[in-house]
Amino acid sequence: MQLWIPFAASAGTLLAIASFVGADWDAPPVESIQIGYRGTGMYLEKDIEKEEALRAANQVPEAPWEADPEGDRAGEIYENVQVLGDLSDDQFNQFMAAITEWISPEEGCEYCHNAENFASDEVYTKVVSRRMIQMNQAINVEWGDHVGDVGVTCYTCHRGQHIPVNYWYDDQEPKPASAMSRHGGVGQFVGNTSMPQNALMDYLLEDKSIRVHSLTALPDPDNPNPAGTKETESTWAFMMHMSEGLGVNCVTCHNTRAFNDWDQSPPQRVTAWHGINMTRALNVDYMVGLTPVFPENRLGPEGDVFKIGCSTCHNGVQKPLYGVSMLQDYVDALDKQGPTDVPDFSTYVPGETQVLGAEAPANSSALPLRTTVADAAK
Amino acid sequence: MTQYQNILTIVQISGPAEEGMPLPKDDSPRTGTPVMSRLLGWIGNAQIGPIYLGYLGTLSLVFGLIAFEIIGLNMWASVGWDPIQFVRQLFWLGLEPPPAEYGLSMPPLNDGGWWLIAGFFLTASILLWWVRVYRRARQLEMGTHVAWAFAAAIWLFLVLGFIRPILMGNFSEAVPFGIFPHLDWTAAFSIRYGNLYYNPFHCLSIVFLYGSVLLFAMHGATILAVGKYGGERELEQITDRGTASERAALFWRWTMGFNATMESVHRWAWWFAILTPLTGGIGILLTGTVVDNWYLWGIEHGIVAPLPDIYPDVVDPAAQ
Repeated sequence: MQLWIPFAASAGTLLAIASFVGADWDAPPVESIQIGYRGTGMYLEKDIEKEEALRAANQVPEAPWEADPEGDRAGEIYENVQVLGDLSDDQFNQFMAAITEWISPEEGCEYCHNAENFASDEVYTKVVSRRMIQMNQAINVEWGDHVGDVGVTCYTCHRGQHIPVNYWYDDQEPKPASAMSRHGGVGQFVGNTSMPQNALMDYLLEDKSIRVHSLTALPDPDNPNPAGTKETESTWAFMMHMSEGLGVNCVTCHNTRAFNDWDQSPPQRVTAWHGINMTRALNVDYMVGLTPVFPENRLGPEGDVFKIGCSTCHNGVQKPLYGVSMLQDYVDALDKQGPTDVPDFSTYVPGETQVLGAEAPANSSALPLRTTVADAAK
Repeated sequence: MTQYQNILTIVQISGPAEEGMPLPKDDSPRTGTPVMSRLLGWIGNAQIGPIYLGYLGTLSLVFGLIAFEIIGLNMWASVGWDPIQFVRQLFWLGLEPPPAEYGLSMPPLNDGGWWLIAGFFLTASILLWWVRVYRRARQLEMGTHVAWAFAAAIWLFLVLGFIRPILMGNFSEAVPFGIFPHLDWTAAFSIRYGNLYYNPFHCLSIVFLYGSVLLFAMHGATILAVGKYGGERELEQITDRGTASERAALFWRWTMGFNATMESVHRWAWWFAILTPLTGGIGILLTGTVVDNWYLWGIEHGIVAPLPDIYPDVVDPAAQ
């Protein structure tokens, strides 16, 4: 009896089963929606089972109660209310109740507050929350081009978790890898492709050009295109991050016969363009500055802060929470810009209360953007 | 007359192994004692070996192995020498060419240097194998058609990894090693240079590729169909046309009015196969060097289908 025959047959069978079960295919039935001109192949494909699961996972929670905007202001009643002081007492408490459900439903108030003294800033998460509320206000007030009237709340990203499920950081692991491990294996931040895992650094933190196409048919010696195939792969990796994060494909924003041509692009591309700028601004203006506040276990392996990507808010859906707005219940808390001052987090001492605007540095993100660059400079 | 054999060769000869003709004195001897395999006999010749390795074959295998090791060890290093992750992520792992800033100079080993070294050994291995294919054909007093077909594939390989990068002035434009990495490269290359779909040499290459498939299917089907008349003994049928050849020719003349001959159909197939990488290589060579955006080139030359402006409100926000 030749033993290798049953062995080979079993291996083949296992491989076949694994490729069917393990590869996370979109099994039929799949819904196809035509979103472009006929003959351009512009179809949005949606796996119906996955769509049902996404719908179930993206339900909007109800407000704890309807807040009364009248009465004394929270800033007059409570100590150390630096951002939400203009809310009424009831609005303030309603928002605090909501934020507890959104971020720490199990630990409750004590996830951010000292139960003995709610005014104290000694729990670092309170310092972070204050800055995040400022960020949330900025998104709704300044970034209407991306979030429209729907806007965002803490829940858009947090979904009952301390840290939003989808975030990214400078990933240099594993070591020793080649210095340019663009293809260091499965890139979880770039749609599980083998493309540059740290492409998000280039576009959502630094402002590297996403555009790689030449605008002339022939090479222009006076104005050479600096992008080559490698740069294109970085752009593409970032696009895969968007695609996976939003549950959409290329043709949602592009006519793929000419990716760069705006005249052939659906309007979603304009929204996405603003979204990229917004996300970069949020990372640079809000997340990076907070780095000293976070304890080590809340930082990436290179010591950089967890950062925002498209999937942080979108969570696999083209319009977060299927475009249902939660803002109407929190208009004064989240849809108006409160104080925009920033304390100097680089002098942050745990337990000490920092007051907004007091000796604030001109640029809150005095920290280097890219931790690896900082390391290399040492 | 044997059975009608569509899937496997059922009737197999067995007997003394065929040793081949004696080799000249200065050739190294063929190695290995021939064995008979019934299983391989189902799909090909049942006799395995002896093989002629010679110094060209040996060197080619050694160089190929060195390239394979360099690529594999770099991939393994990229998962921190974790054997399980190496297997799990194997298709994702790769070895990248150096970034553009190094130009054509030798970069540090972990920044593309290994890629250059692996590429050198792989190229050397392939070229040595080509010489071997050529020389074995001359040794048997055959034509060198196999070698020239192989050369066409080598042309495309060299254009991708050597000739075009040199014309572009840096090796970062070359193809990485690795399963998904080289596929990603292919698509990224097309995207960067404005869609290879509009590259006429890419069109030609696809014509010859699909044409090769069609010809192969037609020829294979024809010969199998006349197998019961001995049609698979093509060489005899060329010199001494029998009923198999007559029927096959008549079939095509009846169905499409024209038939290739027992000899010319192989010329068709050979040229189609050769022209696939030959034209493809020309298309790659022109990309980025002569043409920077094939879509715009296609517009200038009237090969892009016009579309109605169905998104009139969409304007580049960066231009506003």
